[in-house]
Amino acid sequence: MRSLIRRDPAPSRWAYRRQRLMLTPLFRFFLKYGLPVGILGLATGLYFAEAERREAMIVAAGEIRRQIEERPEFMVNLMAIDGASAEVAEDIREIVPLDFPISSFDLELTEIKERAEELDAVARADVRIRSGGVLQLDIAERTPAVVWRTEDGLELLDAEGHRVAELARRADRPDLPLLAGAAAEDVVPEALTLLQLSAPIERRIRGLLRVGERRWDVVLDKGQRIMLPEADPMAALQRVIALDQARDLLARDLTVVDMRNPDRPTLRLGQNAVETFREIIFAPKEPTRP
Amino acid sequence: MTDLYQSQRTMRAMRRAAMQRGVIAILDVGTSKIACLILRFDGPERDGASDGIGSLAGQSSFRVIGASTTRSRGVRLGEIHIMQETERAIRTAVQGAQKMAAVRVDHAIVCISGGQPRSYGLAGEVAIEGMQVTEADVARVLTACDVPDYGDDREVLHAQPVNFALDQRTGLGDPRGQIGHRLACDMHMLTIDARLIQNLLYCVKRCDLELAGLASSAYASGIASLVEDEQELGAACVDMGGGATGLSVFIKKHMIYSDAVRLGGDHVTMDIAKGLQIPFNVAERIKTFHGGVVATGMDDRDLIELGGNTGDWDRDRRTVSRSELIGIIRPRIEELLEDVRARLDVAGFDHLPSQQIVLTGGASQMPGLDVLAPKILGQQVRIGRPLRVQGLPQAATGAAFASSVGLSLFAAHPQDEWWDFEIPAEGHPRRSLRKAVKWLKDNW
Repeated sequence: MRSLIRRDPAPSRWAYRRQRLMLTPLFRFFLKYGLPVGILGLATGLYFAEAERREAMIVAAGEIRRQIEERPEFMVNLMAIDGASAEVAEDIREIVPLDFPISSFDLELTEIKERAEELDAVARADVRIRSGGVLQLDIAERTPAVVWRTEDGLELLDAEGHRVAELARRADRPDLPLLAGAAAEDVVPEALTLLQLSAPIERRIRGLLRVGERRWDVVLDKGQRIMLPEADPMAALQRVIALDQARDLLARDLTVVDMRNPDRPTLRLGQNAVETFREIIFAPKEPTRP
Repeated sequence: MTDLYQSQRTMRAMRRAAMQRGVIAILDVGTSKIACLILRFDGPERDGASDGIGSLAGQSSFRVIGASTTRSRGVRLGEIHIMQETERAIRTAVQGAQKMAAVRVDHAIVCISGGQPRSYGLAGEVAIEGMQVTEADVARVLTACDVPDYGDDREVLHAQPVNFALDQRTGLGDPRGQIGHRLACDMHMLTIDARLIQNLLYCVKRCDLELAGLASSAYASGIASLVEDEQELGAACVDMGGGATGLSVFIKKHMIYSDAVRLGGDHVTMDIAKGLQIPFNVAERIKTFHGGVVATGMDDRDLIELGGNTGDWDRDRRTVSRSELIGIIRPRIEELLEDVRARLDVAGFDHLPSQQIVLTGGASQMPGLDVLAPKILGQQVRIGRPLRVQGLPQAATGAAFASSVGLSLFAAHPQDEWWDFEIPAEGHPRRSLRKAVKWLKDNW
């Protein structure tokens, strides 16, 4: 006989609810992503709850990292410095102390670049690691443009007024013009322009003197000087040079050409000239012939 | 009356929520089977066709994505008999449909065939306040309809305005915006047994579903099986189900009458089982394979083995000729059809301009019914099959699924019901004032 009680195909209440739950999108999402992530997180958390395992994991990770870093492909064996003079290169090697071979992971290129650029003589430094394990530094050096005499001694400045190096004696760089006076390094470009303008009297120029941190004096040999105004010193200098070319102004016996007030140029005569002048003025008049 | 109004309105809100979510379940709780369809609403049609009714008579806004049927348990004569069994059957159907649709449904629209539906025609009349008829006027005239005393244990299932009359003009579909003085309306109200609704609600709740609507299955089958001109000109739809036969009369696209005969296919099966002394399921099988209502000479020679596994050889080897089987089936079908005829006569069906009768439902598939039915119901009888809807499996396109399909159409385009209009505000203050006065009288 066939069984009298046929199994009812109806799902139980819980089976029905389970099916409905499984058809809920949010629940499915949770089951698909939330649950695995949760279990994984829990397992990891439990595993690393003990300090020893944490320690061991950190050590192992460090070991692997070290092994990778020390592969020969990543090692840097020497430093090549291009575009720098021997002294500058020596200085750079001094301030960037690296004991080769070193892993390229341990090199801080930006720091090396900053340190190299801290040197006065270096305008710009490009640092990169070349293939073959070479740390390449391309240095652009500053070129000295003027010699600046200060209370402490002589310094070389570049065209922008940045310090390049110290100078022991003026005679070491006779080719460069001389500046003097406080704060002269801030106005080196102006000084260079003035020097350029004064090319006709170049042979007579001893140097430029910054007076009171505001204006220039052109110091010539034979104790002469040209005092330039604060505003528009170029024009004043050009006038003096023009006068010189026309009337040999500077060849005469005078100590100062004072152009500080452009409306009222003033000359200060030399001692002999003053006396001669006086003689001419105060000479007893010759009796006029009757 | 207000309670009903509120509960129906909450159901409407639920339906709207379900439409917003896009998925809704259709549940046909019948005597012989429980069917569940899951519909997906894709919103209004995208490619043009927004004017008029669009393609597929406007049903293409939804698509059936899940369908499942199960043998009904615990339902007799269209009424819930054993609640736990019914609940399990509903669960089976819903689970199967959900599995097919791969989507979870939370809202269900349910149709029921039993509960002894009763139709009432209501009439109301009201004076229009302004020049034109507004929506508030429509609501007022609906409220003005005199509701008969239908009993405490009954519940209103449908209350649909079927006709509006403005002054002397009648037959208005939509009076809004028209100019007149007096607005009258006819309303068709259908009530069924309140306990049935309670039971059904309980079963649906136990399945974690929200009830988003209730409909009479006779009405739903009418929507699905009657073609448009039949609905317009007047026709009756006879939904021959398992335990109850519902009939609904349509005219001008409104249901104006509905009734049910408590006879159906299951009674035929019962007759066969009793007459031939065979189990119920064997009787059902023999009925579906060999059944018929018109005997011919050939049927005498057509012997049907009844089978059985009692171990008694003589009993298990019995045969019955097909004409004997027809002899059992036919009286019951005749009784059913005569009952239907009587109900239609009571309703005054012969006064309608068109006398079309459409038979649908599972029992209408009986061979020979198209010959028998005209003898009892009149000449204009046809066997109807439900409209085709998108995505419905082939197995669920038969006449037995007329009410499921009709319910789908109903879900997509519900008929305006009384509770779809705002209840007039003037009713409230007067009543609350009266309440306050009563309270004062009682307490001082």
